[in-house]
Amino acid sequence: MAGARNKGNPGIIGWIDDRFPLTAMWDDHLAKYYAPKNFNFWYFFGSLALLVLVNQLLTGIWLTMSYNPSAEGAFASVEYIMRDVDYGWLLRYMHSTGASAFFAVVYLHMFRGLLYGSYRKPRELVWIFGMTIYLALMAEAFMGYLLPWGQMSYWGAQVIVSLFSAVPVIGPDLAEWIRGDYLISGITLNRFFSLHVVALPIVLLGLVVMHIIALHEVGSNNPDGIEIKDKKDENGIPLDGIPFHPYYTVKDIVGVVVFLFVFCLIIFFFPEMGGYFIEQPNFEPANPLKTPPHIAPVWYFTPFYAMLRAIPPIAASQFPGVVVMGGAIAILFVLPWLDRSPVKSMRYKGWMSKVWLVIFAISFVVLGYLGVVPSSPERTVVAQICTALYFAYFFLMPFYTRMERTKPVPERVTG
Amino acid sequence: MKKFFIAIMLVLAPVVASANTGGVHLDTMGPDHTNKESLQRGMKTFVNYCMGCHSANFQRYERAAIDLGMPSELVQEHMIFGESKVGEQMTIAMPQTDAAGWFGTPPPDLTLETRLRGEDWVYTYLRSFYKDPARPWGVNNVVFPDVGMPNVLEGLQGLQVNHCTKSEMANHEKTIDPLTGLQMGGCLSVAEKGELSVEEFDKTIYDLVNFMSYMGNPVKLESEQIGYKVLIFLAILFVFAFALKKEFWRDVH
Repeated sequence: MAGARNKGNPGIIGWIDDRFPLTAMWDDHLAKYYAPKNFNFWYFFGSLALLVLVNQLLTGIWLTMSYNPSAEGAFASVEYIMRDVDYGWLLRYMHSTGASAFFAVVYLHMFRGLLYGSYRKPRELVWIFGMTIYLALMAEAFMGYLLPWGQMSYWGAQVIVSLFSAVPVIGPDLAEWIRGDYLISGITLNRFFSLHVVALPIVLLGLVVMHIIALHEVGSNNPDGIEIKDKKDENGIPLDGIPFHPYYTVKDIVGVVVFLFVFCLIIFFFPEMGGYFIEQPNFEPANPLKTPPHIAPVWYFTPFYAMLRAIPPIAASQFPGVVVMGGAIAILFVLPWLDRSPVKSMRYKGWMSKVWLVIFAISFVVLGYLGVVPSSPERTVVAQICTALYFAYFFLMPFYTRMERTKPVPERVTG
Repeated sequence: MKKFFIAIMLVLAPVVASANTGGVHLDTMGPDHTNKESLQRGMKTFVNYCMGCHSANFQRYERAAIDLGMPSELVQEHMIFGESKVGEQMTIAMPQTDAAGWFGTPPPDLTLETRLRGEDWVYTYLRSFYKDPARPWGVNNVVFPDVGMPNVLEGLQGLQVNHCTKSEMANHEKTIDPLTGLQMGGCLSVAEKGELSVEEFDKTIYDLVNFMSYMGNPVKLESEQIGYKVLIFLAILFVFAFALKKEFWRDVH
């Protein structure tokens, strides 16, 4: 495609273009990538996720320069970064706040997909690459959380890794294989460090590239859920499309500035965010002999943690809870084939789709809350109801999306 | 969708507000890292009374000297009692294993104590020791029942006695009774006077916890000062970014 383009031009760019498709890539992905002109608020979060990814990579590189990945030195080296490294506290808070910000923007980005049917044909692979990014991101965040080697790092990892031991037959061996030891130890810390700073960032970057290549192959969806490529002018340019650059680059800069305002507000004034971004027990070094009274994962894992706790053990095995928790994520992968509606966007779907999306969103938030607080019999019942509703949204989707009456879809985007 | 966000905020608000206090109401102390005199007095109390048993392994003497506005030579001379140099961390000589034998558990490092438990907890805890002959050191604590620590500050505070049962203490709304001026809602009162009055002692503890708060988060002031500048910059940048977007988008219909 790019083979014969932009050849034989003068100048430095021309010299490069003869040897590398620089201008072709610039055009394909920015200057001549035509995006629908009616993107709204929900379309900021993709570019923001990219910004946070870069933030995590850069601050991570500099943190790694001063961090000591050993059970003896990890906790002290974090305090060394906070106190003795010039602006180390800023790097650390940017990284810790960035982790939470990453999940915040990714959750909103995913909700946008649900809202406007961005997972529907022909964007199934865009969605699946995105889900794989989410999965890799959870692994990345989980392993990163062990590195400060505080009490919550240690016991959080202990709880999550022990979930694997609930797998029948191979469970205990599997958990031991992951830890590399009989309990979370310096060995676990070293391998998590390796995976956190080398393996998973490479996987994440690769997946992000695939996510964007797949997106730019099929083109972006929009709030109306109609294909702008169906209506083109005489030059083959979509009538409702505008070049990503400069239109969406300047628009995304506005989003970036607003995001950075909130981000910096947290970094400089509330870096612990009331114990949600940095949990209080993590200011005490890991102690394998002393279990904290209340172990709660960081907020972005709590919806799934609440599901785990909501499922009663069968024959003293936590495995059903683990299956439900895994299923809650796995089911998102097949979402493109569950939605049978003739329309993509929530704007033209019927009332049942709208009601179910609201129920789903509320269940997810309530589960997130319940995963933070200690459990009680009443809360367990609420968590069970919310878990059931979470799954019902998906399992019933093939039925309610076909049954309901949809509104007619416009020919052109409606702004 | 705005409602959706407001709903999230409302759901999370009570969680943020309710810190773990173990059922006992805590006095608020309101740390002030700009009050250097208070921080200096707090550091003096810390090195004199706490550092017999507790270390502050991540805090350097010199960093505190600079941040609190004290000449390094004076700190070296008056605040360091062991072999340490002013550029070193505030370590102690007591071996952890011996300490565990003496107190049942080794005294924790205190550098990050206020970030672990909160300033209010430490402030209330240090003022809530009372006479209890059943305990090895003769004192117990309302905030941390059966704590292994003796009341090191008894010489300053005097010996308090407790008039309440456990459930009575847990139910108090205020820790200082406005009528009697007694601690813990009237539960605690000084039976044998110490060197300081109740007000003087409370002020000493305020200074001490203020210093511990500084020690837990020595960059707080600097962070906030930079923060204001960054936010102002971003607010101005927003105006230009918004104007740029508007200008470019004029031809999109």
